[in-house]
Amino acid sequence: MTNAVSSPKKRRLSMHQKQSLAGWAFLAPATLLIFVLSFYPMFSALLTSFKRGRPTALEWSDPLIRNYQFMLRDKVFLQSVTNTLTYLIIQVPIMLALAVIFASLLNNRNLKLRGLFRTCIFLPCATGLVAYSMIFRTLFTYDGMINNVLLRFGIISEAINWLNDPVYAKAVIIIGLIWRWTGYNMVFYLSAMQSIEYSIYEAARIDGANGLQQLTRITIPLLRPIILVTAIMSTNGTLQLFDESVNLTRGGPGNMTITMSHYIYNTMFTKNPNFGYAAAMSFVILVMVAVLAAIQMKVGDKR
Amino acid sequence: MREGALAKYTKKTLMYLFLILASLLSIFPLYWSFISAFNNTQQILGGRMIPSVYLVQNIQNLFEQQDVFTALKNSFATSILQTVVALAVSSIAGYGFEIYHDKAKDSVMSILMLAMMVPFVAVLVPLFQMFTQAGLINSWIGFILPSISTPFLIMYFRNSARSFPRDTLEAARIDGLNEFQIFVRMFVPMMRPTYAAAATITFMNAWNAYLWPKVIMQTNDSITMPMMVANLMGGYVIDYGVVMAGVTICSLPTVIIFFVLQKSFTNAVAGAVK
Repeated sequence: MTNAVSSPKKRRLSMHQKQSLAGWAFLAPATLLIFVLSFYPMFSALLTSFKRGRPTALEWSDPLIRNYQFMLRDKVFLQSVTNTLTYLIIQVPIMLALAVIFASLLNNRNLKLRGLFRTCIFLPCATGLVAYSMIFRTLFTYDGMINNVLLRFGIISEAINWLNDPVYAKAVIIIGLIWRWTGYNMVFYLSAMQSIEYSIYEAARIDGANGLQQLTRITIPLLRPIILVTAIMSTNGTLQLFDESVNLTRGGPGNMTITMSHYIYNTMFTKNPNFGYAAAMSFVILVMVAVLAAIQMKVGDKR
Repeated sequence: MREGALAKYTKKTLMYLFLILASLLSIFPLYWSFISAFNNTQQILGGRMIPSVYLVQNIQNLFEQQDVFTALKNSFATSILQTVVALAVSSIAGYGFEIYHDKAKDSVMSILMLAMMVPFVAVLVPLFQMFTQAGLINSWIGFILPSISTPFLIMYFRNSARSFPRDTLEAARIDGLNEFQIFVRMFVPMMRPTYAAAATITFMNAWNAYLWPKVIMQTNDSITMPMMVANLMGGYVIDYGVVMAGVTICSLPTVIIFFVLQKSFTNAVAGAVK
């Protein structure tokens, strides 16, 4: 009797176990890869950041935090932090605000040519980062198209040296970033807006709410979670900026536009590579990403 | 009332003007680089907005200056390889996390999600050391390995596995299919749009990758398209017609994918966050 009851139960349990095991087998390769190629190197980078010497003969530095101490005196590193944070603080808010505005305009069902507008604004995402850096470098070069057109229309009286001026060169990078990524973020918002009942907007319009009020009172509060996600993603991406710094401005003039990732790369691949110092600087980026994400989550939750 | 109608009309006009301006600014750099592939340096810098007759010459010069075939071969090989392997590894993992989920697997999943917050540059030094030791420098495997298991793709496929009907799963089990056969024969065909979306974004990311290829693909034989394009502005005298020809060839595959598979691409961009 006991046997008759327990036998099917046992079999069901073992089948369930078998399935669970299959699940583990399915997720094992991907999990293993992330541990080996992401988590392990992260800790390895932390250890390396306490070392000095040639890449083939790394040894513990004395004191251990010497690389981190050196950072505070390294003018190029400090400049790269300033540059990266400048891009972050100016570009991300402008880009996200524009993306929200575009998305809310395109969410209007009465708008003609919606699909065409959306495709156009999203199109920059089809361009590679190196490719668009080259296009912008050509556009903004001293004897290039932008200067020639501005001169011809009398908007400026003499050519601007866009890429050789610390402020203008940063502006060109920021313009490039906004151009490349606004449509990308817009797509997130448009997708999230599909789950907002369209009748809310119609009701608001009947109640006399204008476009701005609809945006600030309905759209932005309802989109808050996705705005938070895009803010964290953009922050993460901007702190790792590399392609534009290398190809659009080459970090110049005189390191005035160099990003942290660009400087880390230069530290790794010069005549005297310093892997310990590169690892220490890259760890600073990791901490910055984590801290800024935590701050954004805190702020995003409260409001 | 009339004034209200007028204000409304003005507002509408302004909105359309704003959107038209934004659209023009968005497409202009790409349009301009494309037509500039037909122009010579003087025309490009002068701001010519329509194509001229120098396309063939620009392309000839480009192929003379750079090993475009090698770059194209490496870019297509690595991008296709990365797309196929990444989809296989990440989709079966996402499926595993969702279909067989229990407490232990859910916690593993949340640990993996933390990897999203690890900036790639933060693991660059150790990865380069590891790959040098393993002899993976200048190899296609070395190129794709860090990008075949991504939290983004795993989450994307886990979310889509949520819509895989349990009835289908149970019926397949009763029919005697094993768990792997169910994944291959039921899930994969059913989720074709999901795979298409994930494929577009993975291919584009691989095609446009720059930092990692620049680190690991160090010989002339292993150069990829973005690296080749970056080389075009190396000399003292820059032939902008050649640069734009290179940029256009580099952009064509992703622009074609964008237009042909726009819906898939849009779904993939927004999909993982839902």
